Amino acid sequence: MNHEAKKIYPVYPCVPCGKDFDFMGSFQMKAHLSRRYLFSASHRLHSDAMSDEENHSTYGKCNNPYGHGHNYTVEVTVSGQVDRQTGMVCNLADLDAFIETQVLARFGHENLNTLREFAQEVPTTENLCIQIYEIVQRGFHFAHLERVRLEETMMNSFEYAGREA
Amino acid sequence: MVYLTRKAEFSASHFYHNPDFTPEENRRVFGKCNNPNGHGHNYTLEVTVKGEVDPRSGFVVDLKQLKEVMHREVLDAMDHRFLNKEVPEFLHQIPTTENIAIAIWQRLAAKLESARLHRVRVYETPDLFVDFYGEP
Repeated sequence: MNHEAKKIYPVYPCVPCGKDFDFMGSFQMKAHLSRRYLFSASHRLHSDAMSDEENHSTYGKCNNPYGHGHNYTVEVTVSGQVDRQTGMVCNLADLDAFIETQVLARFGHENLNTLREFAQEVPTTENLCIQIYEIVQRGFHFAHLERVRLEETMMNSFEYAGREA
Repeated sequence: MVYLTRKAEFSASHFYHNPDFTPEENRRVFGKCNNPNGHGHNYTLEVTVKGEVDPRSGFVVDLKQLKEVMHREVLDAMDHRFLNKEVPEFLHQIPTTENIAIAIWQRLAAKLESARLHRVRVYETPDLFVDFYGEP
């Protein structure tokens, strides 16, 4: 560390706690990191619990038996103390690798209705958002998962932050 | 309580390097971002302040003042700069998006008069951003 340079620069007071903020860091701060990923998939909204008429009136065009597709954007937000050594909440390479293998590879270019995750439930974007949240919550341990936000189109998006939120 | 968000853009270069790490460790942890010649981004900054609406002005905050503080404290210091070498905070700290958001919070919080800072959001690219709420 260049101590000469350090002397001439101000030490800023930490706003939340009032302590002096020493930049190579005698204490840490919590930040939220969000990363957005794209994948494309098809689905059909249809519930076996409803009659054909009810399905049609509930889901409209989305009930088309041949299905239809979307370009989904999934936004994953994790949080944690900013690591002094790396300046990071978590290494982006770890988050990217996890999402690639566990989420994008699983859902990208699939017909969601054919997947075991949706054998029992309708692949609405609400349910897909919860599924993705649960996958990240169970398997990604480098930072705390805050929420998953899933955009089905530019016009509608869904957020899930766990059962308690 | 009303929340108001003002955006700004700045372009800057940086690289990630921890002098306590070996060269191999630096390359392993930081990957391409470890290139000592630096690389750049177009950053988007979103500053959100909160407060009650002033009954006389109808404002949460005087936007002119907020814009002026953002320009003076952040853009003048960081726009078209090599963050590692030209911004004091980053002589001793790695200019990750996390640390940039914290540094911007520190610079703004002390200078804002009427409104309280709620969130600093820094987009490094459209698909990567950090939020800092001043939480320790």
